[in-house]
Parts: sequence; C-alpha cells; structure tokens
Amino acid sequence: MDQAALKKLPRGWKSIPSDLNSDQTAFKGVNWGKAMMWIFLLSDTFIFSCFLLSYMTGRGSTVLPWPNPSKVFALDFMGVPVPLLLIAIMTFVLITSSGTMAMAVKYGYEKNRKLCGTFLLLTAIGGLTFVGMQAFEWSKLIFHEGVRPWSNPYGAPQFGSFFFMITGFHGTHVSIGVIFLFIFSRKVFKGDFDSGRKGYFTSMKSDYVAIEILGLYWHFVDLVWVFIFAFFYLW
Amino acid sequence: MSDEFDKKIEAKADTIVDAGSVPSGSVPGIDYVPAHERPDQELYHSHSWWTTYVFSQDAKYIGIQYAITAIGTGLIGLVLSWMMRLQLAFPGLGILEPSAYYQFITMHGMIMVIYLLTALFLGGFGNLLIPLMCGARDMAFPYLNMVSYWEFLLAVLILLSSFFVPGGPTGAGWTLYPPQAITSGTPGSSAGIVLMLISLCVFVAGFTMGGLNYIITMLQSRARGMTLMRLPLTCWGIFTATVLALLAFPALLVGCIMMTLDSLLGTSFFMPAMISMGEKLSYDGGSPLLFQHLFWFFGHPEVYIIALPAFGIISDLISVHARKNIFGYRMMVWAIVGIGALSFFVWAHHMYVSGMTPWFGYFFATTTLIIAVPTAIKVYNWVLTLWRGNIQLTLPMLFALAFIVTFVNGGLTGIFLGNVTVDVPLSDTYFVVAHFHMVMGIAPILVVFGAIYHWFPLITGRMLHEGIGRIHFWVTFLGSYAIYFPMHYQGFVGVPRRYFEIYDSPYITTSTLHLNVFITIAALIVGAAQLLFLFNLIYSARAGKKAEKNPWKANSLEWLTPEMPPGHGNFGKELPVVYRWAYDFNVPGADKDYIPQTVPPSEVRSAKVEKT
Repeated sequence: MDQAALKKLPRGWKSIPSDLNSDQTAFKGVNWGKAMMWIFLLSDTFIFSCFLLSYMTGRGSTVLPWPNPSKVFALDFMGVPVPLLLIAIMTFVLITSSGTMAMAVKYGYEKNRKLCGTFLLLTAIGGLTFVGMQAFEWSKLIFHEGVRPWSNPYGAPQFGSFFFMITGFHGTHVSIGVIFLFIFSRKVFKGDFDSGRKGYFTSMKSDYVAIEILGLYWHFVDLVWVFIFAFFYLW
Repeated sequence: MSDEFDKKIEAKADTIVDAGSVPSGSVPGIDYVPAHERPDQELYHSHSWWTTYVFSQDAKYIGIQYAITAIGTGLIGLVLSWMMRLQLAFPGLGILEPSAYYQFITMHGMIMVIYLLTALFLGGFGNLLIPLMCGARDMAFPYLNMVSYWEFLLAVLILLSSFFVPGGPTGAGWTLYPPQAITSGTPGSSAGIVLMLISLCVFVAGFTMGGLNYIITMLQSRARGMTLMRLPLTCWGIFTATVLALLAFPALLVGCIMMTLDSLLGTSFFMPAMISMGEKLSYDGGSPLLFQHLFWFFGHPEVYIIALPAFGIISDLISVHARKNIFGYRMMVWAIVGIGALSFFVWAHHMYVSGMTPWFGYFFATTTLIIAVPTAIKVYNWVLTLWRGNIQLTLPMLFALAFIVTFVNGGLTGIFLGNVTVDVPLSDTYFVVAHFHMVMGIAPILVVFGAIYHWFPLITGRMLHEGIGRIHFWVTFLGSYAIYFPMHYQGFVGVPRRYFEIYDSPYITTSTLHLNVFITIAALIVGAAQLLFLFNLIYSARAGKKAEKNPWKANSLEWLTPEMPPGHGNFGKELPVVYRWAYDFNVPGADKDYIPQTVPPSEVRSAKVEKT
C-alpha cells in the first residue's frame, strides 16, 4: 500500500498495514510470549463460543421446560431464598481478583517485588475462593437438589449437562490460573524475575513480562465468566 | 493526529533497535536493510544423545519426528485401505466381517486426514521449513514445540490402542455422527469411540502448542529485510492453515468433549429419545444435528488446513523448477488468505441431506461456489508461471504438474457437489468418494512426495534415487487415476458408499462389479509403489548421491545456510540479511538465472529485478 493511501486510513486501521508491511516483526516491541497468549486466547474464545452456542441450541431445541434459574440457584439467607446471592458474591470476588492482578502487573514492571508478589498472592486467593464457592454450589446442586449431568427434578435434562460441563470447563481454567499464580508469586518473592533465572523446563530467562502474560489469561477467564454468568443465571 | 501516530509506531521500533550493525560487504546507499529490531534468540543447547535426538528442542528434528510418526501412521491407513479394497473386489472370499469393514473405513479416514496429512504438512514441513525460510534460529518456543510433538505421539498411540480394546476401534465413519456412533450395533460403540474422542482432544491440545509456535515465529522472528510479502508462499500456506486450525479445532474439541460425556455420563447433548433393541434408551431431547454443525465447522476448514500448505509448497516447487518467478505473488497470497477466510462460511454444504432447512442449503451453495474464484486464480497463476518458463522435468516438478491436473479434476467435481440440487442424488455415492480422494487425498499427497523429493537433500545432504523416483511417480500418478476415475462412474450409476459388499442387484449394473476388481488391483499396485518409495528414502539417506549445496539453485533462505544439512541454530554466527523475495529467477540483465534472497542489489546492479 502506498504512503498516500496509508495516510488516509482512519487511525485504528493504520496500524494494520504498517504491522503487516513491516520488517522482521509484525508487532513492534511486543514480546513473543505476549503475542502468543493473545492468539491462544483467540483460539480459546472459539472454544467457549462453541460451548455457549451449543448451550443456546440445546436449550432452544429441547421440548421439556427449562428450569427457572432464579429458583434453582437461590441461596437460603436467614431462611429466605435469595436469588443470585452466591453468584453475585462469586462474580464480585473474581472481578476483584482481576483488579489485584492488574496491580500485580503494574508493580511487576516497577520491579517492586514485595507488592507484586503480594498482589499475585491476593489474586490467587481470590481465584481459589471462587473455585471453592463453585465447588460449594456444585455440591449443593448435586447432593441437596438432586441435579445430575443426565437428569434433574426440574425439567430438561440438558440443564444439568450444559451447566456442569461449561462451568466445569471454566472452573478448570480458573484452577490452572490459580496454580500458575501461586508459582509466579513464589518466583517473584524469590527474585527470579530480577535475576533472570532460567526456567526449570524451558531454560529461558525469566522476565517480568511473564506476569503480564499471566494477567492476560486471568482477565480472559474473568471475561468468559461474565458471559457464562449472563447466559446461565440471567437468561 | 496521524503524524503523531506514525511517530509513535516509529518510536516503538526505535526503542528495540540495537545500534545498527551494517552487514559485511554491503554498499551504503544502495543496499539498504533496516537495523536489528531485537537481540539474537537464546537457544537451548542439548548436552546428551537423548536431548539431541529424542527430546529434541530443535525444530528441524521435531519436524522429522513429526514426519516419521505421521508417515508410519499413514502406512497403517494404507494397509487398511488394501483390506477394504480386497473385500470390495472379492466379497465372496469373506476377507472382512461387516463390522471390521466399518472399523477400517473409520480408522482409514481419520488417520489419513488428521494423523497423516495435517500432522505432516503442519508439524512436519512447518517445523522444518518455517524457521529456515524466515531466517530464524529456531521456533519461538522450542520447549513448547517439543511438547507438541510428544502430545501428537500420545494421540497416535491412544488412537492405535483402540484396536486392542474389547469391541475394537469405532466403526462410525470418520465423521463420527451420533446417535449411531455411541449406540450399540455400531462397532466399537463403547470403548473404541471414547478412545477416538480422547485421542482427538489430545491431538488438538498438542497441535495448539505447535500452531502458536508457527504463527509467532513467522510474525515476530524474521530475518532483517524479510517482510511478510517477501516470504516464500510455502510459509504463507502453512501460516494461514495454522490460523484456520487454531480457529476450527475448538469446534472439534467441543464436539468431542460433549460426545464423550454422552457416552460415559449418559448426558443427552446429541442423543434424542430412541428405541434400541426394543428398549427405550435413557437418552432424551438431544440434537444430532448440533454435532454435525460442530463437526463440519471444524471439518471444512480442515480441508483447507491440508490444502493451503499444499498450495504454498506447490507454488515454490513450480517456480524453482520452471526457473521463473511465481505469477502474481500478491494475488497468490491474498487468494490463500481469502480461501482461508471463506472456508469458515461453507461448512453446511456437507449437510445438504441432513435435514436442516433447505434455505440454508442455498446460502451454503453460494458461498461454496464463491470459493472457486480464489482457487481458480491460483490454478491460472500456476499455469501462467509455467508459461514460457524454463521447465525442468525433475521429480519435484513432475509431482507438481501431477498435482495441478489432479487438483483441477477434484475441484471440478466439487462444483457438482457444491450445488444442492446436483448433490442430493449424488450424495453418499462413490462420486463423493472419488471427489474427496482426488482433491484432498491424492492431490496433497502428490505435493508431499514432490516436497520430499525437493527437500530431501536439505535434510540428509543426499539426493533421492532418480530412477526409482520416476517409477514411483508414474505408478502413483497413473495408478491413482486408475483407482479414482472409475469411481466417478460408479457414483453416477448409484453405487452407494460405505457398503461392505456390493452384490448382484437389479439396481446396480454388473459392470461396476468388474470395475471393483480393476480398482482393487490398481490400488494394490499403487500401494506397492509406496513401499518402493520408502525403500528409496532409506537407501538414499544412507547411500544416495551426495548433494551439492543448493542443488536446485533455489533462492529461499533454507538453502543458504552455511552447512547443509543446517546445523544447530540454522545460520551459523550471523543471521542472514534479506534484500529481495524468493522468486528472482531468470531476471533480465542478471549473470545467473537466479538471485538468492541474500544477494544485495549492489552485486546485481544490471539486473532488472521487480521491487519487492
């Protein structure tokens, strides 16, 4: 594309031809790992989209009535069933952990080891709390209300199937994130990112950008939760 | 505002430039090449035999590991097809049980599509060629790359283990359609199908690790002067195919997970209420059509995941062996990208007779026929590259020419099948079998052969034996026509596919029975020729003629390494510097008939090269 035509493009679009025309690297100054994480997340988005689209088709095509989410997911609080209470707390915790993650990234780039490690630890604890509450919700559904992946007392059996499959897949994502958050906070406290210590498996130098990459993953997992929340609990 | 933005981009680039080292021998003013944008890649250096050859992190070795595993698995697929052909030709001999026939058909299809062609093109050629052609030391994430191969091997082992479980492998057909895939009566409906689904999930996970590597290496780790539009088309083909794979495999993964749950937990994602053996099953309310949508949202891009690397490789083979620049390079790139994008909007043309609303069919017929446009552009450009070229009938060139013929053939029958009204009577006949074997079986495998004959010297330092190669070529090319041409006819007269026995019936002419014998004999001969090829590989690797450096006089970087085969780190001490595209053949005014990518303009002042 010639320069004159390039100049006419709106601002956001300009970077596309300049990235694609450029020498050596398409995304200037972008760390390889960071670019990789973005592309992985695009692929992962397709996985979750397929899950959610399947859920919509399944829910749309079943002939039996779909259970009422505000009853099924209600939590008894002082004897009164409050709809969405547990989910609201879970969502709050997870989104807060996104905030602490962002702080960890900031302090990581400032090479503030103590605060960076602390915020990573807080994020991990937030994630762990989320998974714990999810386990509580699952056990409540399974043991008290008799919901199974193949059947439930309320109506369409696909309700339990999709619910356990999709929240389980998301919960696995969160758990993997939590494991890495713990590992990374340990590495930060040990000073591996300052000394550029070589990774045990990859034998590549550690760098604070790794925290931002983990952060991308973590924010993505949060974002996916927002969609799951909307489609399962509000629809 | 716009100037500000330009400055921002430039400033970004400046921050990572290490104060420009000028390449040796370049003349200032004429030989311009941008400075380094990033420090040289840190590499993992192996210390032992195990980490060098087995748990290797070097993309070249990983590529060869991928290729050997894929070809080994493909041989099993070949033997399965022999057994099926024998059964079809001589049903009276009782060579296969009906259930074994279905199991073989399923395993043959899945092995050939996923575990041979996908793994060979992306895992094999991708790993071997991408870093070399981009001028990189290795893939961006060598450790991840290694894990990718071992996951692929694990997937293969899980798949093959299903031959040894009770009930044997699944016999549901490679499309694995529920409900029959997991209903009793279908062979392998309990253990076999679950192992198949798990194997596919492992394959997808492993492939994702490899695929991220290919993309990042190509986008972020090119040599100085190597813009995307100077990359050989092989790279473009593999790159676009990898993008397709990363976006299409999720649908397969999701479908596999859901069917595994249907099978093991008794959920009803895909399973409607049904009666089997006089008893009502516990399933209720699922949608079999949903699986077909998920499967083909993966399945159609999968065709192009195989075809696009083949397109790219063939462009390079034709250009090098016709000593002529590729006609319409940019058009070729955009055609690859365009085909890739369109391939996501055509999936339901596999489902015209599945019971979805017919209006859908017209939409998908339209998009399908639109794909013919960029594809035709590519075919014309290959032919125009040959036009007035200095055609060398070397082995890679023979295979490249055979590819064009075969691909056009299979593509034309694709236009028949893409139209709803023509497809309905032809669907589930041998016409479909002939179509897809021509277009995504024979055509890509011819490219694989051409590519192996072309790059074998790069891997081993020796040439493949010419005489054996020519026998291999003619038997394979003519033989595969002998196999698949009659199948078109069989399809037209209505012979259904997936029947394990075609017996005397008033609806099927006896000539098709004789044709079945003919096809089987041809298939056995073609298969035997592949054994000859394997012998050639082993023999030539040990005792073949030593290859000189850059034996085909090609321009691209993989031939310009200091040693051949390339060593650890590919390019010795200094990474190459690129001044041109890979297609400067027979440039007017140049001394030689080729100008490698690393030759600076000051050395070929009189040559009238195209600006790239």
